[in-house]
Amino acid sequence: MVAPIWSIEVFPRGWNESNQQGPGVVELAPEDNPRGRALQEEIRSLGWDSVPEIVVSDIYFIQSEGADSGANSPLGLDPEKLKEVVEALLSDPVTQGFSIEQLEGGEDTHSWREALHRATVLKRAGVMDPSEASALHGLADLGLTGFAVRTATRFYFYNKELNAGQQEILASKVLSNPVIEEVFWDRSPIQPPFQIGGESQFQKNSISLEGLDDDELMKISQEGQLSLDLNEMRTIQAHYSKLGRPPSDIELETLAQTWSEHCCHKTFTGVIDYRRVEPDGTETKEVIDNLLKQTIKKATDEIDAPWCLSVFVDNAGVVALDEEYGVSFKVETHNHPSAIEPYGGAGTGIGGVIRDTLGTGLGARPIINTDVFCFGPLDLEYQDLPQGTLHPLRVMRGVVGGVRDYGNRMGIPTANGAVYFDERYIGNPLVFCGSVGLIPRSQVDKEVRPGDLIYAMGGRTGRDGIHGATFSSVELTEESEVVSSGAVQIGNAITEKKVLDVLLEARDRGLYRAITDCGAGGFSSAVGEMGEQTGAKVDLEKAPLKYDGLTYTEIWISEAQERMVFAVPPENAQALEELAASEEVECVCIGEFTDSGRLELFYRGESVGDLSMEFLHDGNPRFEREAVYQVPAHQEEQFPTETSAGQALHRILSSPNVASKEWIIRQYDHEVQGLSVVKAMQGPRRDGPGDACAFTPRFESDATVVVGCGMNPCYGDLDPYRMALSAIDEAIRNIVATGGDPDRVAILDNFAWGNTRRPQILGQLVEAAKGCADGALGFGTPFISGKDSLNNEFQVGGKAINIPPSLLISSLSVVDSAHQLISMDLKASGNALLLIGDTKLELGGSHYFRTVGGEGGIVPDVDLVKAKEIFQKLYSLVEEGWVLSAHDLSEGGLAVAAAEMAFAGEIGAKLELQKVLSSEDLQRDDALLFSESNSRFLIEVSQDRVDDCLKRFGSLPIAQVGQTVDSDKLEIVGLSGESILEESLASLRDSWQRLSKEMGPQVEVS
Amino acid sequence: MSVRVLVLRSAGTNNDFETVQAFELAGAQAERLHVQALTEGKRRLSEFQILAIPGGFSYGDDLGAGTVLANQLRANLREDLETFVQEGNQVIGICNGFQILVRLGLLPVPGGDKAVSLVENVSGHFESRWIRLRVDTDSSPILKKGEVLEMPVAHKEGRLVVASDEIFDELIKNDQVAFRYTDAEGTEGDPGYPANPNGSISSIAGIQSPCGKVLGMMPHPERHLRSLHHPEWTRRKALGTVSNDDWKQGDGFVIFKRMVEKALELQGAT
Repeated sequence: MVAPIWSIEVFPRGWNESNQQGPGVVELAPEDNPRGRALQEEIRSLGWDSVPEIVVSDIYFIQSEGADSGANSPLGLDPEKLKEVVEALLSDPVTQGFSIEQLEGGEDTHSWREALHRATVLKRAGVMDPSEASALHGLADLGLTGFAVRTATRFYFYNKELNAGQQEILASKVLSNPVIEEVFWDRSPIQPPFQIGGESQFQKNSISLEGLDDDELMKISQEGQLSLDLNEMRTIQAHYSKLGRPPSDIELETLAQTWSEHCCHKTFTGVIDYRRVEPDGTETKEVIDNLLKQTIKKATDEIDAPWCLSVFVDNAGVVALDEEYGVSFKVETHNHPSAIEPYGGAGTGIGGVIRDTLGTGLGARPIINTDVFCFGPLDLEYQDLPQGTLHPLRVMRGVVGGVRDYGNRMGIPTANGAVYFDERYIGNPLVFCGSVGLIPRSQVDKEVRPGDLIYAMGGRTGRDGIHGATFSSVELTEESEVVSSGAVQIGNAITEKKVLDVLLEARDRGLYRAITDCGAGGFSSAVGEMGEQTGAKVDLEKAPLKYDGLTYTEIWISEAQERMVFAVPPENAQALEELAASEEVECVCIGEFTDSGRLELFYRGESVGDLSMEFLHDGNPRFEREAVYQVPAHQEEQFPTETSAGQALHRILSSPNVASKEWIIRQYDHEVQGLSVVKAMQGPRRDGPGDACAFTPRFESDATVVVGCGMNPCYGDLDPYRMALSAIDEAIRNIVATGGDPDRVAILDNFAWGNTRRPQILGQLVEAAKGCADGALGFGTPFISGKDSLNNEFQVGGKAINIPPSLLISSLSVVDSAHQLISMDLKASGNALLLIGDTKLELGGSHYFRTVGGEGGIVPDVDLVKAKEIFQKLYSLVEEGWVLSAHDLSEGGLAVAAAEMAFAGEIGAKLELQKVLSSEDLQRDDALLFSESNSRFLIEVSQDRVDDCLKRFGSLPIAQVGQTVDSDKLEIVGLSGESILEESLASLRDSWQRLSKEMGPQVEVS
Repeated sequence: MSVRVLVLRSAGTNNDFETVQAFELAGAQAERLHVQALTEGKRRLSEFQILAIPGGFSYGDDLGAGTVLANQLRANLREDLETFVQEGNQVIGICNGFQILVRLGLLPVPGGDKAVSLVENVSGHFESRWIRLRVDTDSSPILKKGEVLEMPVAHKEGRLVVASDEIFDELIKNDQVAFRYTDAEGTEGDPGYPANPNGSISSIAGIQSPCGKVLGMMPHPERHLRSLHHPEWTRRKALGTVSNDDWKQGDGFVIFKRMVEKALELQGAT
């Protein structure tokens, strides 16, 4: 007899209880229905003119596992007992009601409460559902074990009939993501996925490559989703031919994972045949042997900063914080999964980079998260949305929600970031997630020794995320949504938080010798990397599984989340297991490290794979690629006409790239851990955009980390070299504007690029990498870590759309005392406003041209010698305590910076453009106002410090351009001496906040 | 003589370190302890004079904030908790800890586990922002009526609702409203969103047991221990009002300081 399935529905109390208004009408106070209202908002953003009323309920299905009778099975669990369970665990006693029914033939008999339609959304089999684990924990606390729980969400619709087409739109665009969820309308029978996995069958497979021609080799690569190219397949063929045996399936998969672009960065480390073509046709040629070594790493080596403790060798770079501690920093991308399942993709993105921090050295404590996103335009018409993509609005809401829910649950403040918009991100949104960690300097190094046991800790292994590493290395197509759903992982932050707690305790007790995270490639990459210098032997059946039926290869390459791998000396094994058990964390020995130099894989005692570490890590053929960079011919500026400076400023302030991101920031817990000393939102109204955030990682000391970033995809199309210089300048500028030390800045690179198999796109990458190297050397600012995400190309209707060259530079500086830091809000009237830096005719790619109109022009350059001196001089003013506020000049130039400082501080300001220093003797008001020339700041000092500041700068560019005034206006006097802009602070603030208010909570004021 | 503080943790607890820090700054001896150590009987609540349940997402809060940990405490430690309170020891629940105290039935009165609830903010969003609190009780052993304190909130389920008008009247009659949200002007009555970040009834931000020794609050006092935690310290510094000796100058610190002082007083009395 099959155990019955109980269906428990939990719903808002008061919902249609009186039923006075009859069928199709909802009775529920708006404040008691936040979930329904939030959905209505989303539906409205689909462009529907009439939107149904919605009430949302939660469904819990409970079934006994195994035995069909007994006190602990639902057969013995009568409705009275269930009622107790629901009251204690599943419903709120004050605001919710519930009903308990049995699910028979897929139908339950919960009341419809006069709704016109209902939709029940279930997760697909095997998709992570954190509520299940919580419910089981709660049941166990009540003495009830031996159950399985599945959950669903049910939506009831009122006031509007929905035809089949509308139901389909709602199902796929609002209520669910078909990749992970299934929707059952009205009375369609429901089958909660209690049975998952299946019979565990063991069959050892090998794949003969002997004698196969090129087409056949590539067929194997493609059909197996291996993403290996012909050269690599040939190398593998030759290797096994020499061994005289075919590779087993798991060996081929291991090679594919390890050799994937995602894991070994073969483009950056390959050989590039590079041609740079000037506008007049002259060419320079160069063979670049390992672009990474020739540019970014080389710069770091030459700079050789003594405070760099670990660079490019570990999961994150580490710099010194003080005598005892270091801070680690890593930024990752999680683009392809976020394109398909934004919420899960972004959540696992932040979860993954946090594991990088946990896996740095012997483990760092995560203290700050960062996030930078690139999306398609939010106002994209639905009919213009390419097949196979999600609307940018949906992607953005999902991504923000994913980062929020994962980061907040981890108890890590998400405190710095940026958002950019461009049409070319529609099919390929970018999600950069960063993590800063605190680590004792004595625990920065790790070493695996033969004989150490391999322990896996944390989440169980399931079929999720198979082929994530190889998936991230191919282009997305209209079909990606369908074929790659296995590559989507859904995380559970609490599992990772438990791992974090146990791991740091185990670290401090010295229980393990090395650690790394399970990221792309799963166990195959983690164990393969850790055992590279030794050898490793793994018994795959020992890995704890979420459900039966996984093949040994699936176990090996699954990218199930929240798993870490440890090298544990046998004498510490018991202590580690006990510690983990005391915090309800699973921790299992799956093998040991050996001195064989081989990766030996066993399943149920039988050898299924045996690879030499040497071939695995060094056997792959070098990539050889062609790259061309055609230098664009200079285009004269076409200035916009008929726009006043005031109108232009309002348009730039309200443009999505510049506009306030407050609606996102307020959803992130940016104060958790109690270490925050400079916030993202500043000023008395907390509505000014800070340049960088600052945290004091240790309670015991005042040493402070300042974190910022720089990015400007708008420049990339015109000049990727200058884009890189500009991004570095901006990343450091943000830090200096907050009072950070320019001589203690470390930076990270994240290249998100189009399809680098196209020579022109690879050419842009070469230029940007060279810019990175020159910028780092010029500023004396080392790169400490980096990551690339190449092949962000989306195929639609036979057309390839590549993302713009998108280089994110993240920056981190250390200062000894938080007390010297500054914010960007103007502090008082009667102070001097000094403009630091040279303003030039640099409007190529500027926000002025993009949002107001105008074309051509050149991308801002960086005078590396002067820029470095400017940063140091400004820092010396900060150390003196003379700088009352400072803001960097970036998107929108002087006008935007002045406006933001003024409305943030609620202090008026008056600037005179005649006073602006320009080595080019610029004679246009708009160019002076909106140029995006680099290395510039607007600072506020008291009038009696002006001379000191000017003297300190000597011949470097600095000038008083105005003063703060006791008014509620920003006024700008043009070159003619006439006022050209006079705008109230309130109106400027309104423009800047408009988008955020539209996106943010719509609270009805009663 | 020293005051021992138990900072309770479970899977998903986040604010344990800063809560320990707050109590230690106040001169107590604070210890992070996993709930399993108590449920398995390895350690006992009676070793401590203050129980602090810090913020976070206990067990993920996927079944409603605080539900699973409250259920675990009720199933395993109900008697110990009641004894602890009856003996006059102090309890503070912050954010998730407040949600747990309510779900557990330690607030507003012992056994009153169906009287009030903390549910989803009216905004439907997680809200992380600095707010102002005004102490509105005269019956607290540690709070002074009329005091205004600034500190951050960070929660999605902080809207206090009551099961009936009678229960609300009872809370008022017993002087159990510890804190209300207010605005910069100190407006009487509901300051509206976002000063009242969650739409709580009567702008209530925290409640206490009738004797005041069990205190629950949504805002985070442990995140305002020093003046440099405040979002406007750079502004105050420009105006010359921030000293270099800034620790213990944050508004949130007074709560921990007075709890420890009160515990010492109680120890002295026995």
